[in-house]
Amino acid sequence: MFPKQEVVAMLLAGGQGSRLGVLTKKLAKPAVPYGGKYRIIDFPLSNCINSGIEAVGVLTQYQPLVLNEYIGNGQPWDLDSMNSGVQVLSPYQQINGADWYSGTANAIYQNMNYIERYSPDYVVILSGDHIYKMDYSKMIDFHKSNNADCTVAVIDVPLEEASRFGILNTKDDGSIYEFEEKPKNPKSTKASMGIYVFSWNKLRKYLTEDAENPNSSNDFGKDILPTMLNKGERMFAYEFEGYWKDVGTIESLWESNMDLLDPKVTLNLRDESWKIYSRNPVMPPHYVSSDAKIQNSLIADGCNVYGEIDFSILFSGVNVAKGAVVRDSIIMPGATIEEGAVVQYAIVSENAVIGKNAVVGARPESIVDKGEWGIAVIGDNIHIGNSVIVAPKAMIDKDIEGEV
Amino acid sequence: MRSNNVLGIIFSNLHEDLIRELTAVRTTASVPFGGRYRMIDFPLSNMVNSGINKVGVITKHNYQSLMDHLGSGKSWDLSRNRKGLYILPPFGNNDSEFSSRIETLLAIESFFKRSTEEYVLLTDCHTVCNIDYQDVLSKHIQNNADITVIYKKGLLPEKLFKPAVYEVDSTGRVTTMLINPHNASEYNYGIDMTLIKKDLLMELLYECKSRNALDFKRDIIQSNVSKYNIFAYELKGFSATITSIVSYFKANMALMNSNIRKELFNSQNPIYTKVRDDMPTIYGLGSLCKNSLIANGCIIEGNVENSIIFRGVHIGKGTKVSNCVIMQDTQIGENSNLSYVISDKDVIIKNERSLMGYSSYPVYISKASVV
Repeated sequence: MFPKQEVVAMLLAGGQGSRLGVLTKKLAKPAVPYGGKYRIIDFPLSNCINSGIEAVGVLTQYQPLVLNEYIGNGQPWDLDSMNSGVQVLSPYQQINGADWYSGTANAIYQNMNYIERYSPDYVVILSGDHIYKMDYSKMIDFHKSNNADCTVAVIDVPLEEASRFGILNTKDDGSIYEFEEKPKNPKSTKASMGIYVFSWNKLRKYLTEDAENPNSSNDFGKDILPTMLNKGERMFAYEFEGYWKDVGTIESLWESNMDLLDPKVTLNLRDESWKIYSRNPVMPPHYVSSDAKIQNSLIADGCNVYGEIDFSILFSGVNVAKGAVVRDSIIMPGATIEEGAVVQYAIVSENAVIGKNAVVGARPESIVDKGEWGIAVIGDNIHIGNSVIVAPKAMIDKDIEGEV
Repeated sequence: MRSNNVLGIIFSNLHEDLIRELTAVRTTASVPFGGRYRMIDFPLSNMVNSGINKVGVITKHNYQSLMDHLGSGKSWDLSRNRKGLYILPPFGNNDSEFSSRIETLLAIESFFKRSTEEYVLLTDCHTVCNIDYQDVLSKHIQNNADITVIYKKGLLPEKLFKPAVYEVDSTGRVTTMLINPHNASEYNYGIDMTLIKKDLLMELLYECKSRNALDFKRDIIQSNVSKYNIFAYELKGFSATITSIVSYFKANMALMNSNIRKELFNSQNPIYTKVRDDMPTIYGLGSLCKNSLIANGCIIEGNVENSIIFRGVHIGKGTKVSNCVIMQDTQIGENSNLSYVISDKDVIIKNERSLMGYSSYPVYISKASVV
């Protein structure tokens, strides 16, 4: 018998994140590196522990090796208590057969026994593809004070962008009367953040009914929430203010990284009261040589910088040789930029090597046809040969031989 | 697979007098070094990387910072069910204010008795190096040695306390040992790392106690040179023994050499330290940084040159920092000028301050001072 936990969090981390292309070829989206030393999942996990949530189930399905290894026993996030902590939940064989998770709701349904161990009053559903700092305990308080059955976190988005999101229409008291998925003519600007608080007894009931419905796609947004609304359950929108960004595409991942270099952006990762924890590589401080030039950049431990770094993010253990130039780019752990190479508006993945005098990506102003421009992406462990030119927007998942 | 039959013992307080400024509020073991480390990280990591999984850290005073740094030993993989890290402060009502190495070791007699390891490796904390103790053990066994002492070849570090120097024959056996040699020339000088069978160590300790002979170097090593097989193991490659604030400064500056960094922070045998969860360092617009080693969690808005910057340091706009060692969480305001300064933890240097030292006399600013 486990001691009761008032709140259990379930983190949906099984998605492929196909829009991230080569970045998620070998790892699940929540394990994608972010911000010079983090992985995306550090944000929801740190938010949980900072909010006082000590039981977190992480639902994995797609390419779980890196993610499982990274989460480990949960110690970096203090999620390694005796009777609680983080638990990786992968699909498993049951007495009646085996199933992959067929949808977000099904993933939770198949792991109800994990939730039941803690006899929680509330269950928080989170996703592993957003960068934000949020105190879930405030949202749970809001849920309690409304005597709600379900609370959905929403963020105010510009009206012109509202048609890209799931929009919630609410009454004056904050209660939800309508969901609209990507509406052409949005009635409100309250976009769902994919964060839900449920009273567990209600969620259990609806998950069980959903599982028995052969026509359901077993998805929270498409099935569970609309059904609950139709049945007249108390559903509220919780308005969140602060930095929140979906990093599901190359452009948004790049932008969100670059936001860390913009003093006007409110995401503060130096705040001692709401730290974002991560696994820390064992490396010495980074070295900046006499030939280096660094402007407005973020540089992690273990880097050796001999070249020019401008508006860029260098993860741990990156080497930038003399005469190399890195501008407006993200260089992930262990990558090497050799002498004379130029990397602009690019994401270079883990342990990739950019050969001498190679050119990766381009500045938007140097491209005539703007449709041709985009962030260039180099996959992990890829070798780009000497003097090779990689076009903007290219996504490279095979070595390219260059001049010898 | 890494594990062996050696018990590690680290003396955390010895040599404090040599760097009195830095050890006013801490042990030699907890003196910050190299941007993110403490001196004890080197012996501890070397032991763990060499398969030594049980380590006792002897300490007698000023050990708050040491305890805080070591915690459960987790950062060195020494938080374990079997073996692990043991902090050994003074205990019991006799011998609690021991002053000699021999008395200190006798005071932890019960720790030795409870340990099942066959060998003991004793080390101090004033030498920065990356050494494979497994190799020392292999040579010790191969030589059929009773005691192996580890030495460096070269000029004696200035002010080294009671330096022991060895004359070694072609097989590596110590033939003569001198303490405080008179001439200034090249020596094989000891760096206070000793490998010995535990039973022999205990026997020698009891014998010394009964004779009231309490000098480890003289009474355990020197007087037994002909009686026992004492072998010497040369530590090749980079090492720095800290014997003064100037040598501390020089040892930090040596890390600007990329070959030294590769050797000391070898990724096969990494140096571990306490995790702090800082974000990467932010370089502002208009910052300028040359030939420096900079840890995570800093904000660099001014100029930094030939300096070591620890975690969480802020260097304001228009400020110039050259040839400095700036320890963790120091905050330097705008338009200040620092040259040859060693600033301890949590120092605040306000706007438009000017502090100048010299390479042979770096200015030291004590912990949590406000300038």
